[in-house]
Amino acid sequence: MYGSAYIDPNTKFDGYLAPGEDPAQLAEFEARIAAGDKIEPRDWMPALYRKQLIRMIEQHAHSEIIGSLPEGTWITRAPGFRRKLALMAKVQDEVGHAQLLYNAAETLGKSREDMVNDLLTGKSKYSNVFNYPAVTWADSAVIAWLIDAAAIVNQLANSKGSYGPYSRALDRICAEESFHLKYGHDNVVFLATGTPKQRQMVQEALNRWWEPIMHFFGPPDSASQHTEVLMRWKVKMDTNDNMRQTFLNMYVPKIWDLGLSVPDTELRKNEETGKWEYTEPNWETFKQVINGNGPCNAERLAVRRMAEEKGRWVRRAILKENTEYATPLS
Amino acid sequence: MKINSLDPRIERAQLDSESQQGMNTPMDQFQTYEVFEQKKRGTHHIHVGSVHAPNAELAAVFAKEQYSRRGQCVNIWVAPTTSIYATAYEDADIFETTPSKYHRDPESYKVMDRIQAYKQKQNA
Repeated sequence: MYGSAYIDPNTKFDGYLAPGEDPAQLAEFEARIAAGDKIEPRDWMPALYRKQLIRMIEQHAHSEIIGSLPEGTWITRAPGFRRKLALMAKVQDEVGHAQLLYNAAETLGKSREDMVNDLLTGKSKYSNVFNYPAVTWADSAVIAWLIDAAAIVNQLANSKGSYGPYSRALDRICAEESFHLKYGHDNVVFLATGTPKQRQMVQEALNRWWEPIMHFFGPPDSASQHTEVLMRWKVKMDTNDNMRQTFLNMYVPKIWDLGLSVPDTELRKNEETGKWEYTEPNWETFKQVINGNGPCNAERLAVRRMAEEKGRWVRRAILKENTEYATPLS
Repeated sequence: MKINSLDPRIERAQLDSESQQGMNTPMDQFQTYEVFEQKKRGTHHIHVGSVHAPNAELAAVFAKEQYSRRGQCVNIWVAPTTSIYATAYEDADIFETTPSKYHRDPESYKVMDRIQAYKQKQNA
């Protein structure tokens, strides 16, 4: 769901084993996962497992950093001091989540510098929703409520995954996200139960964000050769469609409760199947935005580059000579 | 191309979308420190994760921001990752005999049977 990038294009996988990998070791690895054990950084793991996890965790980390930008926009213009404080705390949480996630990805052998560089060059992606602007304060409310809600659905699933450092990071993250969700819900409810102008603001924001939210979990899972093995290895914990269903089931009724509407006339729960029916969002738009053509892609990366560039002299000034880097332990 | 943004601060920064600045070179993000947190006095410090920092003092500052944002914490230790020696998971067999050493287990000392037998014999 966090897009796709960073798989070493030079590795040729035979099925899902890389050249030289031992089927006996693989069997041991799979037995450990099947028994519910976690994999730790210094354990043997198949190259495909490592690559897929780096890709996923790194993109998740980038998403936290970039995701703080559309909301951060509203800190200086937040309506009231309490909301300003809460939004600052939320944005700081998100940046902290990125640190935890970069850390987990690093245990797999990719340095933080390489991850930052791959973000800046566009080689690594981040969640597509953050390429859209937060036009009004109501947009920041909808992001904090519904984007964070969608992220929680995904993160709760992934926290049951097999890689120890990622699970541990997600446990911490999920605990903090519950504040974000309540904060976002509070803001949306305040607007939705307010003046007609406030209601209109939040409805318009919801209309703007609906398609990006439907895109959030990614396109329906294709029968890719790796999906089955990644689920067996507990890297991918649920299908995109299942997670989208979980989200709709939890949040559409809450949206309707407020008398707000969702810009999809087909959206309804089929009581027989228990599944939500909806208009497929435009997946071509999704592809376009991921590939750099969304309304804010260039701005997000330019802001990120500025942060790296302007902070550099401070980092250089405090860096001691001859310090050694070591991969974090767990 | 100049970035046009809805955010007045970004608009004022006059950012250029073609800029190549900002790329990281090795050690730009410093070394890593492992973080241990004590939730309350009298309990053990527990490893909670790691941070990147240029020195131990800043590592402690980052550790506080990162790992003690909520809930209780009374003390933090940080140690350079390079200073930590860890056993290997492949060598987990070094711990294998631990549970089988019954002679160190209070449960394995069953004196009551013997005492009962002794008493019965005395009373016989």
